[in-house]
Amino acid sequence: MSKFPEHIAIEKSHPTAVLDWHDRFGDRTLIVDGKQIVDVITLLRDSFGYNMLVDLTAVDYFPRRPRFEVVYHFLNVDSHARLRVKVQLEESHPHIASIISLYPIADWLEREAWDMFGIKFDGHTNMKRLLLYESFEGHPLRKDYPKTKRQPLIGPQN
Amino acid sequence: MSNTDHLPTLDAAVPTYEPEFQQKEMLLNIGPAHPAMHGIIRIQTKLEGELIVESDVEIGYLHRAFEKSCEESTWNQAIIYTDRLNYVSAAINNVGYCMAVEKLLGIELPPRGQYIRTLLCEISRIGDHLTCVGASAMELGGFTVFLYMIKGREYCWELIEEYCGARVTTMATRVGGVPHDLPEGWLDKCLWVIKEVREILAECDILLTNNRIFVERMENVGLMPAEKAIAWGWTGPCLRGSGVAYDVRKDFPYLVYDQLDWEVPVGRRGDNLDRYLVRMEEMEQSCRIIEQCVAKIPGGPINCDNKRVTLPDKKDTYGNIEGLMNHFKLIMYGHGIRVPEGEVYFPVEGGNGELGFYIVSHPDEHSKDGCNDRAWRVRCRPPCLPMVACLPEIINDYMIADIVPTFGSVNMIGGELDR
Amino acid sequence: MSELIQSPMMDMSRSLSGQVVTTKFDKILGWARKYSLFQYPFVTACCGMEYMATACSHYDIDRFGAAFARFSPRQADVIWVVGTISHKIAPVLKTIYDQTADPKWVVSFGACASCGGPYDNYATVQGIDTIIPVDVYIAGCPPRPEAVLDGLLKLQDLIQNQKHDW
Repeated sequence: MSKFPEHIAIEKSHPTAVLDWHDRFGDRTLIVDGKQIVDVITLLRDSFGYNMLVDLTAVDYFPRRPRFEVVYHFLNVDSHARLRVKVQLEESHPHIASIISLYPIADWLEREAWDMFGIKFDGHTNMKRLLLYESFEGHPLRKDYPKTKRQPLIGPQN
Repeated sequence: MSNTDHLPTLDAAVPTYEPEFQQKEMLLNIGPAHPAMHGIIRIQTKLEGELIVESDVEIGYLHRAFEKSCEESTWNQAIIYTDRLNYVSAAINNVGYCMAVEKLLGIELPPRGQYIRTLLCEISRIGDHLTCVGASAMELGGFTVFLYMIKGREYCWELIEEYCGARVTTMATRVGGVPHDLPEGWLDKCLWVIKEVREILAECDILLTNNRIFVERMENVGLMPAEKAIAWGWTGPCLRGSGVAYDVRKDFPYLVYDQLDWEVPVGRRGDNLDRYLVRMEEMEQSCRIIEQCVAKIPGGPINCDNKRVTLPDKKDTYGNIEGLMNHFKLIMYGHGIRVPEGEVYFPVEGGNGELGFYIVSHPDEHSKDGCNDRAWRVRCRPPCLPMVACLPEIINDYMIADIVPTFGSVNMIGGELDR
Repeated sequence: MSELIQSPMMDMSRSLSGQVVTTKFDKILGWARKYSLFQYPFVTACCGMEYMATACSHYDIDRFGAAFARFSPRQADVIWVVGTISHKIAPVLKTIYDQTADPKWVVSFGACASCGGPYDNYATVQGIDTIIPVDVYIAGCPPRPEAVLDGLLKLQDLIQNQKHDW
């Protein structure tokens, strides 16, 4: 297992950015420092042609610490290279910089991550719920949100 | 005194509107339950006359907790929820999910199982595209096309029903295989359906492709340049309509797609007409794939030979103690398939584009072997979310009536959009 | 003229025999209403695909007097609630029910609308009868077109035999 070129290039310009990496199951993965995420993704987009943000989501590893992981999947549509970038976040401060200026689709995907996990994306100007409604309390995909805890707008409160 | 004196003079009769009134923008709310929106989605538009200057899309009306439900059910139970993602082509979702779990388990199907999955995927894709094209033609007044295309879809669904017993929510695969072998005579019926579908396509092609009303409403409406489409994360027929030949089946081949001869159609301009033409051509290509599969399908086992994943034959379950125990070990609560820790992303080409499953297996506090009998996280990368997110970009600066063909060509499916 | 008015009832019925049928007004109104249902499909999810299949030529719901859908609740007699109702869409469904003019009936189409179906979770309404009254429930996930037609016939029976306001 040898480091892949993206990793080497990032290390050259941002020596402390990559915390860990693996390519299990053939999915090349970088775990990146959350404070430098925008720089890293800018580099990946501009130097390696990762022009599509395929997916942006989060995972709640409760009760592990750090609790949250934000997961980005990138694709280079021309060379068909794929890369996964992960950022680990503490429960006490679930904040990460928005990449909406790099990929417009990040707008909705970040809103969904906020909706489902309560992860704040700094720099996103319209951080409101995407799938649920504004009066909904809590973030349902967190492991400590019970599956059947309903918050109806009308009808019986069961 | 003349009898017209009580009437106002001619000058006064001409209404003088205040200038603000003529220039005033109007806010119009379309949806969430509106005939032009098939599916429930809400578009708020700001209009200047009939021109849309600004719009905003709100989704989530069909959010039914797909991801949370998958976390609470075992690996095989979660398949029923994947049926209801893109409910027009449910078999593709089943295949995508199961192949993601199989990637995590490191197993691969024998050739016959892969061919069966390919056949099911392509039949579903034809059904998906028929629905999309038919519905958008209906909204533009081509009701005959809708009836013809639904007839074609009915043939496809009867085929699927004959295989798995359900028309819409198929549950056509299992982790590590498919539920059963093809019924007798199924492949011949497949060829007959292909023949019928081709006839319907030819007929609808005559009705639509050279129809002036249809073409003028589709052409140069909802334009999307290739570069912008990529930045917005478009995939599938919509991206190919913009001229980018990206197809997961070609570029990240799975199942048996790399052993078959077929082509990826692309458009030139990226307007609604191109998206329509790409879909029509893709159905023809799917027909070709099915024909080749029928000709090439090998014999042999359909499930992978792994007793920790695949249920034993019913003959063994009822006939000997090993088979019975194997069956119970896979079915009983707390046992089941145990997937080691890890994370995978597996894309397949869905009806609307790249349908990816990001699956995380992570042992919980009760686990002793570092495995889990259910997913820690199942994330579905919804193919139509980027297109719907981008909807303001392709409806702004067009007439309000252009929402109908543009929205139709995006093919929004509530189940996978809101999950 | 004056003779006709004064003539006894018996004579009149004798002269009209074979040309008219006497019935209760409720019955004839029910008969007329059950074969001229204007429907409003409130389509949200997967069941919409089967609704489409039922409405098209293969199964042809038109044969039963419930012709093509009117997409406005104000012109509809029967609301088909087709698919999962989430808590976010529930107030919209209630508004649509309130907007529909009397007489009106509601058909709950499929498992999700009837009881929440496979979705027992934070997002889904556990049966639309917690929000609006329902006349006919159709089972299935989604129901087959034959089941839909059966549900329609059940609704027609109900309309035939109920008391009508007039």
